[in-house]
Amino acid sequence: MEINKDLIAASSTPIVLAILAEGDSYGYQILKRVRELSGGHMEWTDGMLYPVLHRLERLGYVEARWEVAESGRRRKYYRITSRGRAQLTEEHKQWQAVDATLRGIWQALSISILPNPLASLTPLLQGA
Amino acid sequence: MPTTDETESLKDQIDQWRSYLQRRQAIHAVDVAELEDHLREQVTVLVDSGLTTDEAFLVAVKRMGDLDTLSREFAREHSERLWKQLVVGPSDSGEPRARARKDAIVAFCLAVAAAVAIKSPALFGMQLNEDPDRSFYFRNLSLFVLPFLTGYFAWKRRLDIKTLRWLAVAFVAAGVFANIYPFTPRGHTEVLTALHLPMALWLVVGIGYAGGRWSQVGGRMDFIRFSGELFIYYTLIALGGGVLTAFMMMIFKAIGIDLEPFFQSWLLPCGVVGAVVVASWLVEAKQSVIENMAPVLTRLFTPLFAAVLVMFLGTLLLTGRGIDIQREVLIAFDLLLVVVLGLLLYSVSARDPQSPPDAFDVMQVVLVVSALLADAVALWAIAARISEFGFTPNRVAALGENVILLVNLAWSAVLYIRFLRGRGPFTVLERWQTNYIPVYAAWAAIVVIVFAPVFGYV
Repeated sequence: MEINKDLIAASSTPIVLAILAEGDSYGYQILKRVRELSGGHMEWTDGMLYPVLHRLERLGYVEARWEVAESGRRRKYYRITSRGRAQLTEEHKQWQAVDATLRGIWQALSISILPNPLASLTPLLQGA
Repeated sequence: MPTTDETESLKDQIDQWRSYLQRRQAIHAVDVAELEDHLREQVTVLVDSGLTTDEAFLVAVKRMGDLDTLSREFAREHSERLWKQLVVGPSDSGEPRARARKDAIVAFCLAVAAAVAIKSPALFGMQLNEDPDRSFYFRNLSLFVLPFLTGYFAWKRRLDIKTLRWLAVAFVAAGVFANIYPFTPRGHTEVLTALHLPMALWLVVGIGYAGGRWSQVGGRMDFIRFSGELFIYYTLIALGGGVLTAFMMMIFKAIGIDLEPFFQSWLLPCGVVGAVVVASWLVEAKQSVIENMAPVLTRLFTPLFAAVLVMFLGTLLLTGRGIDIQREVLIAFDLLLVVVLGLLLYSVSARDPQSPPDAFDVMQVVLVVSALLADAVALWAIAARISEFGFTPNRVAALGENVILLVNLAWSAVLYIRFLRGRGPFTVLERWQTNYIPVYAAWAAIVVIVFAPVFGYV
């Protein structure tokens, strides 16, 4: 199953901020974490993460610094800022509201009108 | 573990990939470094899981995503990058930046030096705004700035001692000829000297600019391009300076302080000379990153000038009017030829010599030919009355310039028409124009050196 582009775009900010809230990280590591968390459902094209990170940096949600990694290469690390944490809290609230709405409607649907049209979605909902 | 061969080929592949990325305007070098780190880590992980380096590279590149889409995403995030923002040097880190900064520092120091130079005669009691010292400044103006500009290029292009010595000799000679003659104050020959000295010395600047490439067509062509861009930058700086000055005077006037004397004796002279060096540095710093403006303006104005000239000739023919020979008419036609030459030069300078003739080339020929005809009509009218007017130094100088420009444009027209008819390559025209540069300087030098004594310093 592929998640559509709009959803990926909309969820990228909270996901990246949340991962950075766990600790400083860099591009490759962030993508790896996304893959783990989503069980492989969120397939981001690798390169696209970077414009997202740069946007968050411009908005002041994250700060970047260059460090020399153990491999000897220069690597750009990102750290969440206090503004970023505030934004994460805000996003959290919004997504909870969306989530609650959807849960409500899924439930209503499965009880009343249709017997169980969403069987195929159940694993995802449980995953989420 | 990958073998050395594989490591080598991976390095090549990554180099190639990097150079693809670097060509994208929206992706800067720092971003490329970040993406490359990602790519390398991805490759390492894939190789560890059993792929060969080639396979790993392919997979990693695929996962990175399509370059066009990626570059579009970067452009959306960094929209400013599509407008070239280049205040001081490129934003890439590392050595080029250090060099750009050093360049800027040297240029600003030389600009300050030029400003100091133009104020230094004041230490010896030479007042800028009072006669007779004013004419001293007027005659020597180019000597307060062009040596510094040449110095900048001498430093930048690391000119050898021999060339430097010749350039220095030229400036010393210019200083001598500007000051040894007993000019009648504010006389014609003095004005001619003041006007022609910069023209002659501009060649010296050009030799410094070309830095050893003066003997090549390309080197001289670059100098022509540089001159055009410098003119545009200088005009823009002058406009900005005018606005700044106007505001400065206005707000200080509001608190009852008159800045007029300060402006006259400090800001204006220092700004005029300093801005030449600063503008030159800007042209240098931006030449490869910003579209040249002179050819753009040329594209706009060539058709317009051509239309005006054709209309002028048509009207002349229809009404049968003769040209009313006033004193200044020769100078007006000289300037017209200069403008036409400029339009020709800057379209030549921006043209790809390999591309076949197009409508714009035809337009160019129409422009040149109609300018030649108009000038011929004017010259005819003047020749008829030259004995009546007499040979004043101004008129001889203007006539000489007219002949020089006429010869240049006439032969250019011939070469251009040959090119249009497929009888010759475009490069011939380029070579003709660049070879002609010393002629202007030589004439200017003749005016400076010979005219004053011949015409009795009037």
